[in-house]
Amino acid sequence: MTLDALPPGRRARITAVDWDILAPEEATRLRALGIDKGAEVEIAHRGVFAGKDPIALAVGRMTVALRRSHACAMQVEELAEAAR
Amino acid sequence: MSAKRIAALVGNPNAGKSALFNALTGARQKIANYPGVTVERKAGRLILPSGEPVELIDLPGSYGFDASSPDEEVTRKVIFGEFPGEAQPDVIVLVLDASNIEQHLVFAQEVLELGRPTVVALNMVDLAERDGLVIDPEALQQALGVPVIPTVAVRRRGLAELTGAIASAEAWAERDPKDHPRPHITLPERRLAANNIAKGAIISETRQHRLHARMDKLLLHPWLGPPILFALLFIIFQAVFAWATPFADALEGVVGWLSEMTTQFVPAGFVQDLLVQGVLAGVGSVVVFLPQIVILFFFILVMEATGYMARAAFIMDRLMALVGLSGRSFIPLLSSFACAIPGIMATRSISDPKDRLTTILIAPLMTCSARLPVYAVIIGAFIPAKSVGLGIGLQGLVLFALYVAGIVGAMAAALVLRRSVTKGAASGFIMELPKYQLPRLSDLLIGLWQRAWVFLRRAGTIIFMVTVVLWVLLSFPRAGPGESQVDASIAGRIASGLEVVVKPIGFNHEMALALIPAMAAREVAVSSLATTYAVDADDEEAEAMALGDKLAARWSLPTALAFLAWFVFAPQCLSTIAVARRETNGWKWPAFMLAYLFAMAYIFAGITYWSAVALGL
Repeated sequence: MTLDALPPGRRARITAVDWDILAPEEATRLRALGIDKGAEVEIAHRGVFAGKDPIALAVGRMTVALRRSHACAMQVEELAEAAR
Repeated sequence: MSAKRIAALVGNPNAGKSALFNALTGARQKIANYPGVTVERKAGRLILPSGEPVELIDLPGSYGFDASSPDEEVTRKVIFGEFPGEAQPDVIVLVLDASNIEQHLVFAQEVLELGRPTVVALNMVDLAERDGLVIDPEALQQALGVPVIPTVAVRRRGLAELTGAIASAEAWAERDPKDHPRPHITLPERRLAANNIAKGAIISETRQHRLHARMDKLLLHPWLGPPILFALLFIIFQAVFAWATPFADALEGVVGWLSEMTTQFVPAGFVQDLLVQGVLAGVGSVVVFLPQIVILFFFILVMEATGYMARAAFIMDRLMALVGLSGRSFIPLLSSFACAIPGIMATRSISDPKDRLTTILIAPLMTCSARLPVYAVIIGAFIPAKSVGLGIGLQGLVLFALYVAGIVGAMAAALVLRRSVTKGAASGFIMELPKYQLPRLSDLLIGLWQRAWVFLRRAGTIIFMVTVVLWVLLSFPRAGPGESQVDASIAGRIASGLEVVVKPIGFNHEMALALIPAMAAREVAVSSLATTYAVDADDEEAEAMALGDKLAARWSLPTALAFLAWFVFAPQCLSTIAVARRETNGWKWPAFMLAYLFAMAYIFAGITYWSAVALGL
């Protein structure tokens, strides 16, 4: 499942990121914010207008806004309730 | 020890560096630009306990040394001592957000690898505690090997301890010599180490109901968030236009009084004319916008300092994406409704250079307050004050249509520009949403003063020079007897040439003439039309009234509408062009901006004129 499809409020771990489809500066920025393989994330909010874009992603103690196109490049696996 | 030591504040964005900088230096700050880049260099004086002054610089926030934004580039070069003309800082003050400790420790390790004398300010410990997070500074100090001082910059806590640590940072570094440089490790390794260091330093962590999460639930709510934002924008607009009026009137009074005094005490002749008609009239017409700019900036600073601005960008991002921009362009464009100058300056927060350039190029299309006097006169003279039903007046509707025309024009321009001259990768939007904070009034006031000062300095230099040049063009050569001064002047002759160009779109000679001094600022068009039609009236309102009657008698409706359409697009503001030159580091883009906006003005004024004529208006 890509991060884009993760229902809001569920925790998930990023299992793979296709960095090649992202612009190099954006890849650098995402990594610098800790959005990388292995990070545990949760969609906190989504935009209102068409496409529910952008996405507010909770990662660590931060909330980071990013676009759906970024989320589509990330594979996630949902964490079981017990792991929360 | 050398005479002038330098300490630099370094840290991630949103670490509270600016608040700490204000707290440590007070209002004794100097803001300049780093040469060759449009990154602000903020420096101030910090007095050590020994009485020795240290120059403290506030470096732009950075997530890492490999980042690519111009801001972060400056930070990297200054820390490495590679920035030309800038000495390498003697002491690094690493500012960490205690409430986001794992993330901030990642960049911290990169900085500590350099082995420079460093002091860590563990900032915002109160916010961390509010979130139920307690950190042991001693344990952090052990792990990092440099002094760690807990601070709360906005509450002025921990400042004396921090200053003391800065004073002894070099001594500390010598006392604890690193026999081997710290190993350079990769980003994932740093992140892992950051998590481990944090784990060791966190005393207790209770997951409380976090205030910022609750506020986001409301402010980023799918259906409530946008109406809240628009309501706020409406209040800001109301404030900018309503609250500013008494102050603007007072400033106008002062300028009027100065002109009177000058007329009285300076002997009549060249110098008096230059001072009164050139300097005071020109600079005065710009300075009266200061109250609006101060009020607008007050709201913008509050939105920034509380953390709401990032949420506004989040809400607007999708709409901006439709024309190839991102949520970050929203704030500069919002500012441009008061004045394009602060708007263009605010584009500095846009990291993508193509995005930033596009935003600068379309900012002048937002209906700034200088257009209002022009619109008011023409609408008052040509649009009947009748109702179109539902209590909506036709005049107000036309004014609203002009605002909408500007916004639609800007969006269309952005769409075309992003597919042509500013073509690039689809602009992304990656932005940390900082925690909500209650700002300190003195920090707001310092920011407000700095913005106002930048604006006034510009009014005092560029605008001053331009108005003087225009005055000379209008005053020379001197007219012979029986000849009007404007017709005889250089500007008058240029107007005759210009008339040939603007005749097809319905403009007459007087209008062509008014366009020339209006290059300085749009509202000058009103006063120069007034001069040309030789209306005598003592205050501006009466002038506007009387002028309206004259215009109604002399212009046809299509001509008047074409004139309105012209001012929706025409980049008639030299200060905007000057600031665009400064922000784009050259004449290429301001020249392009002039060309495309004048082309749009000409085409749309033409279309308006021809269709109005065809409709028999």
